[in-house]
Amino acid sequence: MAVVTAVETRPRRNVELVLLVVSLGIAVGAYVLVGIAAEGRVEANWTWVGGGLAVLVLGVHAVLRVVAPYADPVILPITTAINGLGLVVIHRLDIAEETNLATRQLLWTAIGVGAAVAVLWLVRDHRILARYTWTAALLGFGLLLLPLLPFIGRNIRGARIWIGLGPLSFQPGEIAKILLALFFAGYLVTARDSLALVGRRFLGLQLPRARDLGPILVAWVLSLGVLVFERDLGTSLLFFGLFVAVLYVATERTSWIVIGMSLFVAGAVLAWRIFSHVQRRVDIWLHPFEPGTFENAFQVVQGLYGMASGGLLGTGLGEGRPDIIPFAESDFIFTAIGEELGLTGIFALLLLYLILVERGLRTAIGARDGFGKLLAAGLSFTIALQCFVVAGGVTRVIPLTGLVMPFLAYGGSSLLSNWIVVAILLRISDAARRPAPAEVTG
Amino acid sequence: MNAPLRRLAVVVALLFASLLISSTYVQYVSAPSLNARTDNRRTQFKEFGRDRGPILVDGRPIAQSVEVDDPYTYQRKYTSAQMYSAVTGFYSIVYKPTGMEGATNDLLNGTADQLFYRRLSDLFTGREPQGASVELTIDPKVQKAAWDALGNQKGAVVALDPKTGAILAMVSKPGYDPNALAGHDVAKVTKAWNGLLDDPDRPLDNRAIAGRLYPPGSVFKVVTAAAALSSGDYTPDTLVDGPASLDLPQTSASLPNDFSGACGPNDKVSLLDALRISCNTAFGSIGLDIGDDAIRAQAEKFGFGKALDVPLTVTPSIFPSDPNPPQTAQSAIGQFDVRVSPLQIAMVSAGVANGGVVMRPQLVKDVLSANGVDVIQRPQPERFSDAVSGQVAADLTRMMVAVVDNGTGKRAQIPGVQVAGKTGTAQQGEGRPPNAWFTAFAPADDPKVAIAVVVEDGGALGDAASGGRVAAPIAKQVIEAVLNR
Repeated sequence: MAVVTAVETRPRRNVELVLLVVSLGIAVGAYVLVGIAAEGRVEANWTWVGGGLAVLVLGVHAVLRVVAPYADPVILPITTAINGLGLVVIHRLDIAEETNLATRQLLWTAIGVGAAVAVLWLVRDHRILARYTWTAALLGFGLLLLPLLPFIGRNIRGARIWIGLGPLSFQPGEIAKILLALFFAGYLVTARDSLALVGRRFLGLQLPRARDLGPILVAWVLSLGVLVFERDLGTSLLFFGLFVAVLYVATERTSWIVIGMSLFVAGAVLAWRIFSHVQRRVDIWLHPFEPGTFENAFQVVQGLYGMASGGLLGTGLGEGRPDIIPFAESDFIFTAIGEELGLTGIFALLLLYLILVERGLRTAIGARDGFGKLLAAGLSFTIALQCFVVAGGVTRVIPLTGLVMPFLAYGGSSLLSNWIVVAILLRISDAARRPAPAEVTG
Repeated sequence: MNAPLRRLAVVVALLFASLLISSTYVQYVSAPSLNARTDNRRTQFKEFGRDRGPILVDGRPIAQSVEVDDPYTYQRKYTSAQMYSAVTGFYSIVYKPTGMEGATNDLLNGTADQLFYRRLSDLFTGREPQGASVELTIDPKVQKAAWDALGNQKGAVVALDPKTGAILAMVSKPGYDPNALAGHDVAKVTKAWNGLLDDPDRPLDNRAIAGRLYPPGSVFKVVTAAAALSSGDYTPDTLVDGPASLDLPQTSASLPNDFSGACGPNDKVSLLDALRISCNTAFGSIGLDIGDDAIRAQAEKFGFGKALDVPLTVTPSIFPSDPNPPQTAQSAIGQFDVRVSPLQIAMVSAGVANGGVVMRPQLVKDVLSANGVDVIQRPQPERFSDAVSGQVAADLTRMMVAVVDNGTGKRAQIPGVQVAGKTGTAQQGEGRPPNAWFTAFAPADDPKVAIAVVVEDGGALGDAASGGRVAAPIAKQVIEAVLNR
């Protein structure tokens, strides 16, 4: 294993502080603009919403100075900007629909930030997490399958990926994704040698032994199970994609990607041929405007109309009609941004996500241990996959599914889990960027 | 593990690249077509959320947007709605805008290219774009006179200023109430629309320019006379065959007069008298003499077969393309397959009135910016065609004056004013009363107005109707309204 010698030795916490102020400025400024555009005045609560967000993220910044001074300085400001923008758009939809979701989103942000601080404080070395590989597997698969249980499983908008207890509902898959990333990293860092080195070559590919196919087949069956029984292509794609990506990084064998992609495509085609709800999703994807599918495609079509009306520069915050789109605050927040901030805003948003993911992958490259590499790679890749599945779903790159944009969309489970993801990435990046105790070469 | 990590980073970049591309496709490449889709409520909200400019007649709005408290922000309101319905059309959240609402939509809603620089400043000041106001050439007194004169009869009236082409009146009856189609309750609008569609009297048709075209009957004789005079072989005094009934070649059928008897002694009649008493046999024989090509060429010089936007789109009038001789004789008196719009007939009179030059008909007087100060568009009078020579126009004027002074058009006489005109009584076949026509211009020596009137199915008189009895009095009232301004 090649290990990159750390080149950056400065903590760069002040850079982070400056970027954080910029991010907060954007979020608070946008919040004030929404009030002016929609209500014609500066809303009274902008101080405590803006102040609340500032206290939260500056708190994380302070904690980083103490427990992870070498953490990547870009990750937190980007997360802040996206989370803040999400609050603004949700607040904007609140005004149009006379709801009060932004306050709850801020509350969930606080919970998420609290969890992130706890992770940073308690987990001083990410390698400790490797001890819980099999515990994470058990919990992760358990959580993933939880919505299938009677009584607590909930079927919301066709996808069974929720559990409900009284008035509270939660997407256990969001937490499961962290646990499974942990499990994949812990498992593959030990199993990688046999998966990578044994086997024979065929058509330029290093094919694995039949018995080494076991883990990938298990993952495949599980993801297909999610697709069929929880009726959610997004979650299915997320877990299988996560597994294949980590497998590939661990083994450095392209054959795993080929095998994985073939299996997924075969499974998806099979599901499409057998299950009517999958066929309906595909019909909406391919022919949203045809009379037969138009009723079902209402949300997708309204989302496209919203983005189209935004054009290059957008209508301006508070000037569009994103409230026409059902669930604009969660599944379709991407189109609300496209409408009011235009293609320019969408590009800025996507580039923020891209930088976030690439910083995560850079952390993986810089990490000095295999487990840290695989964990950082897996978690970063889940962020990328979620963006792709959601934004690709609303812009018709792939069929629409039930995931939400990390940090941006309304939803407590997603905010909580993604803040934990960020905390782990910050923790690994601190270890990666910390001056090396000694020169190591590989 | 770093090599696959770097490749994974590339894969991530590609995933995001695909999102950048797909977003660009949605928001830029396909945005115009998505925005144009009729089921796109957002475009409607946006379009209806604009401060749409008014349509003005003599400085007063006949269509305007008033602010209301619903998602559309503005409600379109029409005043004297029925009377102007053929001109304004309607502006609906359900159906495409029609009439001037449709023809000048981009000016009214502020998206026209001419308004680009104004919009540019809106972009920076954040001001909502405001539509321009469109002032029409319609004279409200003339419009009202035409509307009232038609009474309860179905038909149309078009009045032009022959020197400029300005449309002074455009009436189509029955009209409808555009307010019923401009509402924001989709169910009510749909119901009103379906009611209008099912109405056998077709109130949504603008009969003046774009309804079903009419057979013109004898008003077309002006065109045939123009062709004859322009050929150089005829003068108003040339004697032509005018028997009681004209034998048609190649067939046993014959062409009779509307009245019994021949048109003159020895079955001969002068061209002037033939027009004055509307002699079918004389014009039938002229048609056989000069041929269908000469008549068609003359008709096209007056505008037949040509696309025309005023800016409402006018249905081109038709002269049959390849008639045999008997059909040519029928066509020469405006029967067989000749089909016209009232505006086209008004253009024929206007051309004669204006010394042979037809001016392009125009409904827009000027387009003003929302602040009412800057002129965005002010169409200048424009030559449409040179239909006949000055001499031929003078001859035709003399002949048409005779029609009103001492012929079939006496009911259009106005004391102290020389009116030039021509009647028409167009047969529609067995069992249906004829359509009554009259076209005229006045004063003959210094024309201020050219007009065409058509009354469907004989109007109030039914089978007893003729152009002279039903349509000429209407034309007279409209001409008086113009001259008394």
